[in-house]
This record gives sequence, structure tokens and C-alpha cells, in this order.
Amino acid sequence: MQSHSWKILMVIAALAAVLIIVPHTGSFVILLVTRALAFSILVMSLDILLGYTGLASLGQAAYLGIGAYTTAILATKYNVGLGWDFWLVILLGILFGAALAAVFGLLAIRASGVYFLMITLALGQCVWGLAYRWNSLTGGDNGINMRQRPKFGGIDLANEMTFFFLVFGIFCVALLLMYTLVRSPFGRSLAGIRERELRMQILGYNTWLHKYIAFIIAGAFGGLSGVLWAHTAGIVSPVNVELTTSVDALLMAVLGGSGTLVGGVIGTFIVFGLREFLSTLVPWWQYVLGVVYVATILYLPTGLMGIPERLRQQRAGGDRVVKKLAPVT
Amino acid sequence: MGEDTATSSQTPVLELKGLSKSFGGLHAVRGVTFRIMPGDRKAIIGPNGAGKTTLFNLITGIFPASSGEVLLFGRNVTGWASHRRTAMGMARTFQVTHLFPRLTVLDNVLLAIKGLRPSKFVMWRFMSSYRDVYDKAHDLLEQASFLDRKDTEVRYLSHGEQRQLEIVLGLASDPKILLLDEPAAGLSSGESVEMTKFLTKLDPKLAILLIEHDMDVVFDLAHSISVLHFGEVLETGAPEQIKNSQKVQEIYLGTG
Repeated sequence: MQSHSWKILMVIAALAAVLIIVPHTGSFVILLVTRALAFSILVMSLDILLGYTGLASLGQAAYLGIGAYTTAILATKYNVGLGWDFWLVILLGILFGAALAAVFGLLAIRASGVYFLMITLALGQCVWGLAYRWNSLTGGDNGINMRQRPKFGGIDLANEMTFFFLVFGIFCVALLLMYTLVRSPFGRSLAGIRERELRMQILGYNTWLHKYIAFIIAGAFGGLSGVLWAHTAGIVSPVNVELTTSVDALLMAVLGGSGTLVGGVIGTFIVFGLREFLSTLVPWWQYVLGVVYVATILYLPTGLMGIPERLRQQRAGGDRVVKKLAPVT
Repeated sequence: MGEDTATSSQTPVLELKGLSKSFGGLHAVRGVTFRIMPGDRKAIIGPNGAGKTTLFNLITGIFPASSGEVLLFGRNVTGWASHRRTAMGMARTFQVTHLFPRLTVLDNVLLAIKGLRPSKFVMWRFMSSYRDVYDKAHDLLEQASFLDRKDTEVRYLSHGEQRQLEIVLGLASDPKILLLDEPAAGLSSGESVEMTKFLTKLDPKLAILLIEHDMDVVFDLAHSISVLHFGEVLETGAPEQIKNSQKVQEIYLGTG
């Protein structure tokens, strides 16, 4: 319990530090942090499936995509979402993400393990295919350029700093909601399903329904992430719904430590930071990221967030040896 | 004593009517019929591969039955999913330990208690805010003297402790009937005596259906024993009768 409240304090301190330090940096860093924050909502939504429910989804980019395309199409074709109705678009992004997940979930949740992975992969590619081929709506390969950001009241989101504060605020709400979710009875039931689904059924849980609901919730947060992403990047294109984006999200969650929520955020920041930093240094920067991923999976399967626990266990392991020896003498 | 048919005025907790299951050409369970009244303690024995665990899986709805019926409290539940049967008051343990290894003992019990409460779907309140669930978990753990290990992750418990926790999880839903699949499997003789003591202390109104190879446990606990052989009930009777039965001795020792 005590270590728990300690962790919460750490997270709050880290968030406060971001909030205080970032506005004093240049516009490059502000934009980078904003992008990472928007994307990390997607990574956390994936962590609900991967880390808490034990479902590795390879199609999470689809929900980012539907949120982003909804925003871009409404803004460029119908001029919707550029004033106060921006909040309506956020709601729509969430709803469309949830709705898409509700449809895909019917197909995917019946499977588990590698089969679930393959079905979500296939479904994600369907969304990519739509984005790529449906020229009249999505602009095909060129994507959609967003000409402006929303402006409402006295707030103009075209200002990078203002936009950062907005994304930061929404990120905090999303984090709080997801944290409450994973600590709620429903969230604990997901952990039970991850650990032993058959036992959960015998205990009286309709495990299919729990997984289905979790899948829809993850989709909803994915949609939210997409709305923010569209305005952050300024362009929405099939790249956003590519398999690579789903894989990136998965690897960020694993790098930070799955089943921790904030681990995914840390992973996102590291990958976004490395990408920007390395791409200015060397042309083969993608190999470096590849090595980071492989090393994580080989040597740190519990991710960066698992390091303290590993250290503690090593120390405890040492103690155990001593204890075992003691009674003999 | 729980004679199987004497109290016919009451509804049986569990009743099987000609329950059968085949896997392809293999008839794992063939026409099993019996009834269990409240408070009955019944054991099913039989050699390995006799179909005992398959029978449990049919009763709890993990496998669909090929033919025959399962009645819980007089209601036909044959086609029902496991979680709906649990909601009617049935609980079981597994022969191979089926706990949540990376959750703590307390979390295991909390999940078990929540299983039958509608609040298991609540996602806007912390689990830790449910005082009543925590109190109940506390009571259950105290009863099984697990309180000192409640924050230990289950994977670090000894095998004997895990077997006992299996039963605690079964009891968490306040079942009317408890199905125990070899509770003493893999226990040392000392541990299995402890286990028997724990089981005999359970609420006398609770009906227990037990699969067990350890005959000491069976004879201490059961009022009635059925012998299963190649999926069929060969003989049913009081422990004494089964002990002296010619047929039972033959299937266990072989007729050559």
C-alpha cells in the first residue's frame, strides 16, 4: 500500500515537472512532447489489452486512424471541429473508436493468443486498405492536410504552447480514467482473465463479455488519441494506420513495461525522443531502435518499469540463500 | 447420514440423469445417474482414466454433454455456460491448481468473492473501496489461517498451500454444492490429514462431491461412494460396503 502511494506521488511529480519545464523549452521540444503525449494515450489503451487482459493486439493503429480521419474529414470537408465544436469531434472520435472496436471485437475476442494477434492484424490492415484506396474520402496515399487548428473562446490552439496545455490536460484525464479502470473491480477481473481464464469462468465471470468491454474501451481511448494526433501532426495519412504504427505502439508498451500504464508513456517518450535525436545523427537510426526493442524483449521482458522489482528480487534472492544456510549450522 | 433417496421431499442440489460424453469413439462418461441432497458428502473413486474429471467438466459446463441431463436445484442446466451454473450456487476446485499465480492471495480471494456480484462490472470505483468484500476476504483467509500470507503472490506459495487456497476460492462464492477434484493431490500424508480436517470443519449444510485417490481422505469425509470404471458407475454404497466389495477390489487390483 505504501509503495503504491509512493508510486502515485512519483507520477504526479513527473507530470508536474513536464508541465513546468516544457513551456520553457523551444517550440521543437514542445511539439515533440505534445506528439508523444497524444500517442501515449493510444499506447496506454493498448496496455489495457496487452498488460492487463493479456491480449496482444496488432491492430491498435486502426482506432487512432478512425479518430484522426474523422477529425480531418470533418475539418476539411465540413468545417466542423474548428471552434467550440472541437469538443464534439473529441466525443465523436471516442464514439467511433468504440464503435469500430465493438464490431472488430465480435470477430477478434473469440480467439486468444497468437490467433487474436493475427485477427487484429488482419482487421487493422482492412482499415489501412480503406484509408489507402478510398481516395474520395481519405485522399488516398496523399492523406489529408489539416489547414488549421481549432479556435474557441479566447483560446487559439494554433499556438503550440496552448495546444500543449490542452493535450496535456486531456492526457491527464485519460491517465486518471484508465488508472481508475485498472484498479476497479472490472479492471481486476481483467487481470484474473490474464492469469487464468478458466478459473474466472468457474468463479462466475462471463469472461467473453469482460474482454469484449475491455476491447471497446481500448478502442474508445484509441479514437481519442487519434483526434489529438490529427491536430498535432497536421496531416492524416495511411501511415497512421499502417502495421508499423501498431507495432510501434506495442513495442513502446513493452519497452516501458506492460501492465503498468505509465510504463507505456515512458516507452513512448523514449522512442519519440530517440527517433528525433538519432535521425539527426545517423542515417541508419532505425537499426538502433531495432536493437533497443530486441534487447528489451530478450533481457528486460518486464520493461523499464520492471527494473526496480528485478533489483529487489535479486537482493531478496541473496537473502534467501543466507536464510537457507542458516538452519544448517 | 446422507442416504441418497431417503429425503425425497427435498429437491436435490444436483441431479444427473444418464449423463454421457464421447470424444470421437471414446466414451469417457456413460449414462451416469445420481442425485446429491443438501449436506451430502459423496465421493467418486475409480482408476485413472475412469472419466472422473470429465464428469466434473460436464457438471460444471466446461464440456458440453453428448447426452443426458444435469439438474441444479431441480433446474435443467445442461446447455448452460459455466458462469451461470456458478451463479446458481455451484463451485469447484481443479485437480491441477488453477489459481492466479501473479496476483496476491488476497487478490485471488477478492476476485473469487466478486465473481457473483453485479459490481464486478464497476469501473469507476477502486476495488479497495468495497469494505464488505474486504471484510469477507479477511474472514475467509482467517478461517483457512492464511492471513499472514495475504500479500504473498500465489506463485510463491508451496504446493500444499496452493491446494488449500483452491478450496478457499471455491468457498468464496458461498456455494450450496462444492465439487472437489482431488484436493489432496500431491500432498504429503501430513498435509493431507490437515486438508481432511479443514474439509470436515466446513458447513454441514454444504453438499460436497469429491474425487480423490487418497482413500484415507475419502473414508474420513464421504458418506456415500460411487465407483466409476470406464465411464460407468459400477457400484454405489456406504464406505464400508465399497471397501469390502469384490468388484471394486477387482478393478483396482486387476483380475489378470
